Amino acid sequence: MTASTAEPASKVELPASVGGGGEIPTFDVTLRVRRYNPEVSDESHWDEFKLTMYGTDRVLDALHKVKWELDGSLSFRRSCAHGVCGSDAMRINGRNRLACKTLLKDLDTSKPITVEPIKGLPVEKDLIVDMEPFFQSYREIMPFLVTTGHAPTKERLQSPEDRERFDDTTKCILCAACTSSCPVFWTDGQYFGPAAIVNAHRFIFDSRDDAGDMRLEILNDKEGVWRCRTIFNCSEACPRGIQVTKAISEVKQAVLARQF
Amino acid sequence: MQVHKYDVVIVGAGGAGMRAAIESGQRARTAVLTKLYPTRSHTGAAQGGMCAALANVEEDNWEWHTFDTVKGGDYLVDQDAAEVMAKEAIDAVLDLEKMGLPFNRTPEGRIDQRRFGGHTRDHGKAPVRRACYAADRTGHMILQTLYQNCVKHNVEFYNEYYVLDLLVVEEDAVREDGTPYKQKRVAGVVSYDLASGEIHIFQAKAIIFATGGAGKVFKTTSNAHTLTGDGMGIAFRRGIPLEDMEFFQFHPTGLAGLGILLSEAARGEGAILRNSEGERFMERYAPTIKDLAPRDIVARSMANEVREGRGAGPNKDYVLLDLTHLEPAHIDAKLPDITEFARTYLGVEPYTEPVPVYPTAHYAMGGIPTNIKGEVLQDNDTVIPGLYAAGEVACVSVHGSNRLGTNSLLDINVFGKRSGINAAEYAKTADFVELPEDPSAETIAMLDVVRTGTGTERVAAIRSDLQETMDANMQVFRTAESITTALGDITKLRERYRNISIQDKGKRFNLDLLEAVELGFLLDLAEAMTVAALHRKESRGGHYREDFPDRDDANWMKHTMLYKDPTAETEGIKGIRFGTKRVVFTRYEPMERKY
Repeated sequence: MTASTAEPASKVELPASVGGGGEIPTFDVTLRVRRYNPEVSDESHWDEFKLTMYGTDRVLDALHKVKWELDGSLSFRRSCAHGVCGSDAMRINGRNRLACKTLLKDLDTSKPITVEPIKGLPVEKDLIVDMEPFFQSYREIMPFLVTTGHAPTKERLQSPEDRERFDDTTKCILCAACTSSCPVFWTDGQYFGPAAIVNAHRFIFDSRDDAGDMRLEILNDKEGVWRCRTIFNCSEACPRGIQVTKAISEVKQAVLARQF
Repeated sequence: MQVHKYDVVIVGAGGAGMRAAIESGQRARTAVLTKLYPTRSHTGAAQGGMCAALANVEEDNWEWHTFDTVKGGDYLVDQDAAEVMAKEAIDAVLDLEKMGLPFNRTPEGRIDQRRFGGHTRDHGKAPVRRACYAADRTGHMILQTLYQNCVKHNVEFYNEYYVLDLLVVEEDAVREDGTPYKQKRVAGVVSYDLASGEIHIFQAKAIIFATGGAGKVFKTTSNAHTLTGDGMGIAFRRGIPLEDMEFFQFHPTGLAGLGILLSEAARGEGAILRNSEGERFMERYAPTIKDLAPRDIVARSMANEVREGRGAGPNKDYVLLDLTHLEPAHIDAKLPDITEFARTYLGVEPYTEPVPVYPTAHYAMGGIPTNIKGEVLQDNDTVIPGLYAAGEVACVSVHGSNRLGTNSLLDINVFGKRSGINAAEYAKTADFVELPEDPSAETIAMLDVVRTGTGTERVAAIRSDLQETMDANMQVFRTAESITTALGDITKLRERYRNISIQDKGKRFNLDLLEAVELGFLLDLAEAMTVAALHRKESRGGHYREDFPDRDDANWMKHTMLYKDPTAETEGIKGIRFGTKRVVFTRYEPMERKY
């Protein structure tokens, strides 16, 4: 194909850094993965894999390299591979993260990189956990807009300020990194957990919603917001950068401020 | 083997599937089968917006939107379908708002709108602000909102149930003109429960396919690992045609080397594409709307810049998306996610440095043919009663040979809703079709072949070779030679596929087995795309033949229909029959496509 006119296009000076970079270096890493398959054994064990990886590779690429070239039985969930679908939350070097958002070069590759399933949910196989208890808590907080009165013919109005009020908690991708990083959740699986509270927050502070009181009632339960010990693991774990602990505090304050 | 009975079964829980489920679930007993958890679907990766002529910020109307869609699709769009979509877009957006979707707002509190490629005022005069959006995570918000409403309406999900077969029976029937034919009818689907490895049959009066796309036939793609064209593949194997498979969209701005999507909204907000010399090269290719030309044009222009030696980077193999002239606060407010992708994956700071980008395989315009009710066609004129398809798996055809940005989020909402309503209404009056004898026999046999195979080939190696050849030969520039090369490679890869073995022999979460099955679909679809591309000897929309560089309306203003047929041969490939289907015109005559 050719450009339709020969006119020179308008141009700018590009920064000198553009076009540099050169070849992406390779490096060796050891991946240490916790394995569990109840079809084979009731006990879990660690497997180590030595891999050569590239500069832009993520932990997910390393897991794929194992699965695709070395051991096809290694099992983990993944889909989008760029941090929006929430499938591949796992414990990497003891911290909850998304495997597809964790670049190997940002980890200490001089030591083995440990990969384990997220904690507090039953392990099904290798890095796959049963997500059902997590989604059960989510469903219990009424995670949908509830309105009363007549719906307008066009959209409901909402000021940019009111929209901004709950913006942070709309980012949640339900990956469970926060909930499964919470020591309270580890010891008390009945606790709603940070993700459910984040999703309640998203509606409680939405100016269009009329069911805030019902959600606050639910979260005022003994397994609700008061279980939170403000440990901040959840905020550190959130791959979307949601200020989870802040959201939980705001829900706590709303419970206290509520008219009974 | 367990058998379940539902009025309506929906396969897939992305935007189209869940939008259908919200309608169907309130009218009929409905189950949604999904190989992923519902919120994991790739609808969530869509970024920029969903167009509807709300006219909240400037003059607009649905007729202009229809025109843009038709012109954007290089006139291969069925205009009746485009009209339905543009008209119902307005309610589709308002429905989502009422369901709770947190759209960005204007100072007056209305849904805000922004510019997007190919969307113009008054038939191409200037870009128009038509895309309703929620920052650059509109798809995420749609997916979450639809799931939230499925929870609200107690929609029944079967999570991680992978549908492997559609149960089709054929009955003798007679057309109005007296000619006999075989009428296909659907009895149910066969699914594989990933957690247990058990087979579950779902008998249903109506079935909706909403399984998404097939981007994983390519190496550089914005698509999820799980987008392996299962629905298209299953339908094709069961004798249902595939329409317009040669048309695949390459999104201009994938992160270079990775394919991760950077929304067109970046250019909608003012970002500019530049080559290694700093030139705004789109001024040469689309003088009027420049960087906001439709995706096929921008993608080809970028590839051409690289081909002519004006690519940036150490290997001169990408161009640059320049946001450095935009205010950081504006970038943070409107494009937070994509700028974070650039930082996370390439270590580039978009405030101060241009971002390396290159076209990435993005969207299948083709798919299972349907009419505007969402009903699947078994040939040009015959509906398969009770079978519906919506979203990327389907071809209505509202996208023609090139989809406009934002029209996919619109498509899933408009035609997902239509399919859901129509399937439920159909189920109210229809009876179950009797299941064929031993309905899972073929599926079990296929799985056994894969599970017990002792060959020497690895699934991942074959898949990677397939993706390499598709990137090299079936990307934005195609010739008879390149396409034939791809076809030859696919034939060899099919041979190798017969000689695979997998390592995981267990029943529990056997994703090794799953990937092997998925590869089978990818091979089928790559072949269908390639055969169709070789056959269409013209250039139109996303299909650009350097050996036939012009659009040829006299010979090619028609849809491609491919059928699996053991007795046929097309372009040297045995087992594929070629047909065509008329393009529906209502008000727009084809014109030269200039921007």
